[in-house]
Amino acid sequence: MANTIKVRAKLAGDVTTVKALISHAMETGLSKDKKTGKPIPAHFIQEVTCEHNGNVVLTALWGPAISKNPYLSFRFKGAKAGDKLTLRWVDNTGQSDSEETAID
Amino acid sequence: MTNMKRRTLLKGTLAASAVGMAIGTGLLTPRTVLAAWPKNAFDAKSVDDSLNGLFGSTQLTGSDKIKIKVPDIAENGAVVPVSVEADIAGVEAISIIAEKNATPLASSYNLGSGAEAFVATRIKLGKTSSVIAVVKAGGKLYSTGKEVKVTIGGCGG
Repeated sequence: MANTIKVRAKLAGDVTTVKALISHAMETGLSKDKKTGKPIPAHFIQEVTCEHNGNVVLTALWGPAISKNPYLSFRFKGAKAGDKLTLRWVDNTGQSDSEETAID
Repeated sequence: MTNMKRRTLLKGTLAASAVGMAIGTGLLTPRTVLAAWPKNAFDAKSVDDSLNGLFGSTQLTGSDKIKIKVPDIAENGAVVPVSVEADIAGVEAISIIAEKNATPLASSYNLGSGAEAFVATRIKLGKTSSVIAVVKAGGKLYSTGKEVKVTIGGCGG
């Protein structure tokens, strides 16, 4: 899985606002394939972590009730412009992806 | 694994051993496993069971210091924007719960150092339901909720 994450981090004053979009089906496991009538297996992101300079700023634990192509936004303090921010997700099938961005 | 004790306390030995297995099989490196995914909390069919699985407590204190932003009416239950902001000191975790969903717990956020008590995301709602924000601060649980009317459900179908 590559290039599934779009992440932006913007510093205003001393607060950094992070906004991220992830491409993922987020299948609940409850819906059925319309053509075959077979259930579609659950496939969803379980954990998203965000690190700033190696410190974990936020850990998001997600269930299948998060919408398809998830959006996540949060804020934190203590970053400087140009700092590196890493966002990483892991889903219930063990797939994962990560993306690094610089805070601006 | 200095936080093994806390993890065991929080999520029970079952979840802890599942993480151990995941590390053992190389699915996840220890660095990425910062908190065990609380399966029992996400599988729970009731709000109380979700809270028990997540925090080990169902003792909620209503609070007007938590602001939950959801639409009054959601035309499409598959995408309902939710944002939660708490004006409480020392917030450790924020959870978003959709009361009438088959599995009510939608998501939970553990705040690390420097994180502000704010998260925003988009969730699915199966039908008209209260969306509850639970905020953990200083070992206590605070909550507030708001009802969202759903005209088209977002689960299954």
